[in-house]
Amino acid sequence: MAEKAIVIDPKDSVAVAVVELAAGECCTVRVGDELRALEIREKIPFGHKFALRRISKGDDVLKYGEVIGEAAGDIEPGGWVHVHNLVSKRAKEKILEALS
Amino acid sequence: MKFWGYPRPDGGVGVRNLVAVIPSTYCANGTARRIAEQVQGAVALHHEVGCSQVGLDMEITARTLKNLGRHPNVAAVLVVGLGCERLQAAELADGIAPSGKPVEKIVIQECGGSLRALEIGASLARKLVQEVSTIQREQFGLEHLAVATECGGTDAFSGIVANPAVGIAADMIVAAGGTVMISEVTELLGVEDLFAARAASPEVAEQIYRVIRLSEATLTRQSENDLSGKRRALISTGNIQGGVSTIVEKSLGGARKAGTSPFVGVLKYGETYTRRGLHLMDTPGHDAQSTTGMVAGGCQIVLFTTGRGTPTGHPIAPVIKLTGNTQTFEKMIDNLDINTGQVIDGTKTLREAGEEIFSEVLAVANGKRTKAEVLGHDELMSVWRPPSEHEAAYGCGEWA
Repeated sequence: MAEKAIVIDPKDSVAVAVVELAAGECCTVRVGDELRALEIREKIPFGHKFALRRISKGDDVLKYGEVIGEAAGDIEPGGWVHVHNLVSKRAKEKILEALS
Repeated sequence: MKFWGYPRPDGGVGVRNLVAVIPSTYCANGTARRIAEQVQGAVALHHEVGCSQVGLDMEITARTLKNLGRHPNVAAVLVVGLGCERLQAAELADGIAPSGKPVEKIVIQECGGSLRALEIGASLARKLVQEVSTIQREQFGLEHLAVATECGGTDAFSGIVANPAVGIAADMIVAAGGTVMISEVTELLGVEDLFAARAASPEVAEQIYRVIRLSEATLTRQSENDLSGKRRALISTGNIQGGVSTIVEKSLGGARKAGTSPFVGVLKYGETYTRRGLHLMDTPGHDAQSTTGMVAGGCQIVLFTTGRGTPTGHPIAPVIKLTGNTQTFEKMIDNLDINTGQVIDGTKTLREAGEEIFSEVLAVANGKRTKAEVLGHDELMSVWRPPSEHEAAYGCGEWA
């Protein structure tokens, strides 16, 4: 069966949709060797991310096994994760410090 | 784990047994190409440099061409000079000679024009091909293998499937004692902290920060925008529409093709590796300049992921083309070697795709021809010319 979403690293807190997913749809993802099913909460466009578990405001968001940013609000499992609720931790002060 | 390769006098191991015809200046490109066309087993390394250069720019050109000549896939070299150029044929030939392989040189102005140079050069190249044709493959461990990772024509599947699958293969190569390189520093902004945390020593961590900051300084000057404006611009509208949310996420999509091993070294452009393991090389994002830098650094094979599909190859290193997009694979079947899109189609896991790539690397090391090789593609030959930030940051003495 074709997978509807990919988890790149077992540590990840998000999966990537490889087809557009609809609200209420059941999606099976492979995390390492384990298959896990969860309900999609809202429309997830192709290539976009959804939460694999509950992510609280301020939590690190992991993809590729690495921190790609932090949650700007609470995100439920199956919820869309994008620029509206995920912010870069690479703050301007940090960039300036790195450049000095 | 072993592969069959060609032993070289300096201890290197080739996966190909080529005679390289290297122009010392772009003025000799046409002559070099015609010589290689006349002689089966010879390849021409065309480029745009070798004259009207000074300082770090010249040093990088000289080092890159010299290291391409010394490359283990090259069994013998014919240097073709014009005569009045900045990088003289004799200087280049003398730089390659310590590798112990046969090196010949001709100078077009001394031969009496390009037609006479072609006649003499083709005769020399014919002699070299015959001479090296008796070298037999022997078995070697993967400590003698270095693989470059590169991406071009990226699509949404590249970061999700193709690059992570290459990363799994990269980890397998490093675990088996081999060497992997990642480059394209302009596309690594945002991951410096993650890469530095994987550095094998504090010196390597400092070098990782150094090359990424240099690239950032060049981008800052070139964009002439304020820092935050530039930062936002690094993630394009198309990236955001495609699902990329942060700069770290974008950079990781490309960076993941180098896998998860510790970084044992940071290499200057075209610099030969001396330690085994994962390296970062300081190159720009330009596919050809990046690939040529890593090949000059000693990589015998290139793993190249592409979303849209590209036909490009390198004259001295087999390039294995991979896509994560099944549609692209079918449309560009003449140019693409491996489809990792089966992960999305559900017929393969990421790990299985990574293992398949690793097996293909060994097959190509043993002599299997890639599609780019069979079709004679050599577009990935190009030498980088450094921006002013590099000139200012490094004295030539250190780079020479």
